[in-house]
Amino acid sequence: MADVTAASSDRTAAGQLSRSASLALALPLVLLLVLAFLLPVAKLLMGSIFTPTPTAENYLRIAQEPIFLRILLRTVQTAAIVTLLAFVLGYPVALVMTRLSGRAAMLVAACVLIPLWTSVLVRSYAWIVLLQRTGVVNSTLMSWGLIDQPLKLIYTEGAVIVAMTHVLMPYMILPIFSALRSIPPELERAARNLGAGPWTSFTAVTLPLSLPGVYAGAIMVFILSLGFYVTPALVGGPQNLTIATLIGQQTTELLNWPFAGALAGVLLLVTLGLVGLFRRFLSFGKAA
Amino acid sequence: MSTTLSETNALDVLRSPPASKAALHPALGRWLLNGFVGLVLVFLLLPTVLVVPMSLGEAAYIQFPPEGLTLKWYQAYFSDADWMSATWFSLKIALATTLSATIIGTLASFAVVRGNLPGARALQALTLAPLIVPHIVLAVALYLVFAPVGLTGNFTGFAIAHTMMSVPYVMLTVSAALQRIDPALELAALNCGATRAQAFWHVVLPNIAPGVAAGAVFAFLASFDEATVAFFISGVDGKTITRKLFEDIDYNLTPVIAAASTVMVVLSLVLMGGVEWLRSRSAASTR
Repeated sequence: MADVTAASSDRTAAGQLSRSASLALALPLVLLLVLAFLLPVAKLLMGSIFTPTPTAENYLRIAQEPIFLRILLRTVQTAAIVTLLAFVLGYPVALVMTRLSGRAAMLVAACVLIPLWTSVLVRSYAWIVLLQRTGVVNSTLMSWGLIDQPLKLIYTEGAVIVAMTHVLMPYMILPIFSALRSIPPELERAARNLGAGPWTSFTAVTLPLSLPGVYAGAIMVFILSLGFYVTPALVGGPQNLTIATLIGQQTTELLNWPFAGALAGVLLLVTLGLVGLFRRFLSFGKAA
Repeated sequence: MSTTLSETNALDVLRSPPASKAALHPALGRWLLNGFVGLVLVFLLLPTVLVVPMSLGEAAYIQFPPEGLTLKWYQAYFSDADWMSATWFSLKIALATTLSATIIGTLASFAVVRGNLPGARALQALTLAPLIVPHIVLAVALYLVFAPVGLTGNFTGFAIAHTMMSVPYVMLTVSAALQRIDPALELAALNCGATRAQAFWHVVLPNIAPGVAAGAVFAFLASFDEATVAFFISGVDGKTITRKLFEDIDYNLTPVIAAASTVMVVLSLVLMGGVEWLRSRSAASTR
C-alpha cells in the first residue's frame, strides 16, 4: 500500500489542522466513496446472497456446473500465462532500460510508456486488425507464400493471451525497472571483480535483489488480467468467455443479477485476497 | 555494465580474471539481450502505432501497407453526428471528472497528510480500493444502482462514476507532493498572520502545483479512456466515445475507427507528454 500519511513524528502540532477542519476537508471524498463505490458493490453482493431469504444457491451453482468451473479455471490459467509471458518479455526490457542513458533511454521509455497511455480499446482494436482473416498477419504470411489459407487467429484463446500480454506488459516492466534502478551498481561490479561472469553476477546479485519489483509487477498483471473485460470481449469473442465477460453476459443478456453478483463476489474475493497476501510489494502509482 | 567508457571500466578490465574462453561470451550475451529487447519493443509499440497508417489508407477494408493517402476517414469521423456527440459527451465528462476529482482529492489529501483524522488508515485503504476492484465489478454494480434512478446514459451519472474511479490518482500524486514540501513554509505563513485558507492558497498550493496538475491529467485520461464502466452505464443517447468505439469494432469495422482511435491516441500522448515534462522540470528544480 502506498503510505499516504507522513510519519507523525516529524509533524508539529502547531501546523496541524484541527480535527473538525480535517473531517470537513475529507467529507466530500468519504461521501463519494460510500455512495458511488461501497453501496453499489455491497448491493450487488447482497443480491447474490439474499433472494430475499439468505441462500447459497448462486455460489453453489458456480461450483457445481462444470461450464462455470471451466471458465473460472481458464481465466486463472490465462492470467497465469499472461503474467509469465509479461515477465519473460518484460524483465530484459527493464534490465536494458537501467543500463541506458540519454536519448536511447528516452526511446526505450517511450516504447514502454506510449502503450500505457493509449486506450485499451485502441490497442485491442489494433490486435483485431493484425489478427483477423484479412488482417496484417495473415496477408503478410500469404504474400510470402508461407500459407495458402488464412489462419484462424482472431477469437481464439491465443489471441486473448497475446493481446492481454501486450496491454499489461508495462505494468510488469515499470516496477521491475524501479527495483533494478535502486540496486547500487557497486554490487554487481564487486561480483565481477571477485571473478563472477556476467551470468553469475546477474543470477547471484541482480536478480535476487530485483525480486520485490518482480512480485509487484506479477501481482499487478495477474490481478488485472483476472478481471479484464474489454480485451477478452473484443479479441476473444463469445466462445472464449472469461469470468469478466461471463459477468457481463449474465447481466446484459440473461439479466441474472443474483448469479452475476455471485460471480462478482468470487472475483472480488480472489482479487482482494491476492492484494492482502502481497500487500508488502504493492505501491499504487501509475508510473514508478 | 554501463555503456560509457569510464575509469571504472578500465579498472574492471585490469582486475577481471584473465580473459580466456569467456571473452566472446559477454559481447555475444549483450548482443543477444539487446536483440531480444529490440523485438519486444517492436511488439510493444507496433500495435499502437499501426492505427495511424490505417486511418490514412484509401481502401474501405483493412489493407497493410495502405495504398494511397487520404483524409476521408477523418472527414467521415468529424462529420458523423454519432461520433461527434459521443466525442463531446466524453470530453465533457472528462472535464467535469477532472475538476471534481482534483478538488475532492486535493482537499482530502491535505486532511490526510496535514490533518488530524480519525481512521486515516481506513480512509487510505478505501481510497485505493477503486484501483484494485476489477472494473467489471464496478461496472455492473454501478449499472444496478444507476438504472432505477435514471443515471444511466446521463452526464451526472458518468461524472459521479468517473470521479470515484479517478480520485485515487489525484490522492496519490497530491499526497506525494504534500509530503515533499516542508511544513515549516506553511507554519511561517501562519505565524505571519495568514489564515489557514490564505496559507494554503498562497504557500501550499504553488508548491504542490506539479502534483495537482499530474493528478488532474491522470483523472482526465482515466475518464476519457475508460471503457468498461462506460460500456455498461452508457445509454442510447448518452454514449461515450469508448462505447461507440466498442460497438463499431464489434459490428462496423471501417477505417473510421482508426481515425477516431488516432484522435484519442494523440490527445492522450499530448496530455501525458505534458505531465512528463512537468515532472522532469519539477525534478530539476528541486535538485
